[in-house]
Amino acid sequence: MAIEGADIVKAAAFLGAGVSMGLGAIGPGVGEGMVAAKACEAIGKNPKEAGLLTRTMLVGQAVSESTGIYSLVIALLLLFVV
Amino acid sequence: MMELDVQAWVKVAAFAGGGIAMGLGAVGAAIGEGYTAAQANVAVARSPKISGDIFKNMLVGQAVAESASIFALVVAILLLFIDKGDPNMLKAAALFGAGVSMGFGAIGSGVGSGFPGGQACLGLSRQPAMANRLTTNMLIGSAVCQTPAIFSMVVALMLLFMDFSNAPLHPTWAALIGAGLSTGLAAIGSGYGGGMAAGASCEGVARQPEAVGNVTTIMLVGQAVAQTPSIFGLLVSFILMFKTFPESTQLQAAMALLGAGLCTGFGGIGPGVGNGMAAEGAVRWVARNVKHAADLMRIMLVGQAVSQSTAIYAMVVSLVLIFVV
Repeated sequence: MAIEGADIVKAAAFLGAGVSMGLGAIGPGVGEGMVAAKACEAIGKNPKEAGLLTRTMLVGQAVSESTGIYSLVIALLLLFVV
Repeated sequence: MMELDVQAWVKVAAFAGGGIAMGLGAVGAAIGEGYTAAQANVAVARSPKISGDIFKNMLVGQAVAESASIFALVVAILLLFIDKGDPNMLKAAALFGAGVSMGFGAIGSGVGSGFPGGQACLGLSRQPAMANRLTTNMLIGSAVCQTPAIFSMVVALMLLFMDFSNAPLHPTWAALIGAGLSTGLAAIGSGYGGGMAAGASCEGVARQPEAVGNVTTIMLVGQAVAQTPSIFGLLVSFILMFKTFPESTQLQAAMALLGAGLCTGFGGIGPGVGNGMAAEGAVRWVARNVKHAADLMRIMLVGQAVSQSTAIYAMVVSLVLIFVV
């Protein structure tokens, strides 16, 4: 198995891209699920405000999503740019 | 001399894989069964008169949770005693991948199946008259929790018994280990998340027996969505096992495939747990406010869809790693 410098760099970039997006997906997934669980609780207690609560949930989730998008950007940079 | 070396490597991989399969595979079921037993103790303390029913329900619930680690035991024994056949290095990678898949894959289902068992025991102490409904609901919920472990077992058995000897060693070895990692890791989140939904539904049935239909329905929908990350993992594993990769001795080709497996695998953990949390919240409140079951179902699905997005990003990155770079 011929291993050269450029090959190792590329190999590390590919492995890093997988690890970046993989681990980066854990936090937003759990966090957004928590938001949704609490939104269900709030709508169960106060169904009249369903519209407002849906909006609040989505905005909160969008903020929580940002770290997942950072991971995606880094993964794509590692794949195609570096 | 060289052939002996390869034979030794195949054995090393099989024994290491067997140890990983059973070692990690024992984690989940033990925790889940402990949770069930702990709740059963609370339930018996509340209603000592029906301790027999609670005891029976506890054992049934624990038996289902145990199945995840029994799958791991079967795969570990196969890895130890299977006829290793014509020894080659790809066989070693496949056997190691099988152990990794089953070991990680049993964790989530084992823990998750404990939740409905425990909540059903608590529910019995609250509503002894609902014993049958509770046990049925518990069995449905915990059976669905087992699916991610079954996916992992399917991948492990395919890695054990498929013949990869015609594929080029480089980079296929990384594809086979990646296939094990992908389904195994992704199953952690889905198994745990499915268990959260099932636990809440057992609690809900005991609280509001007349809502049982709505509660079971929303539990199943929530669990189905929570399974998707492990289905993504299974999909990536199948691609890694069945696609033929052109021979390349470069390290980067191998690391792209290993990275693809890790990406979908890790990426499935969070969304699986998150979808389960959303489903737990929805199921809990359908039982308390059954009039608004439709609203709750809708908000649960919207919330789960957003939580799912990062698993989809992870799958996209994996597919780019497999097909593009």
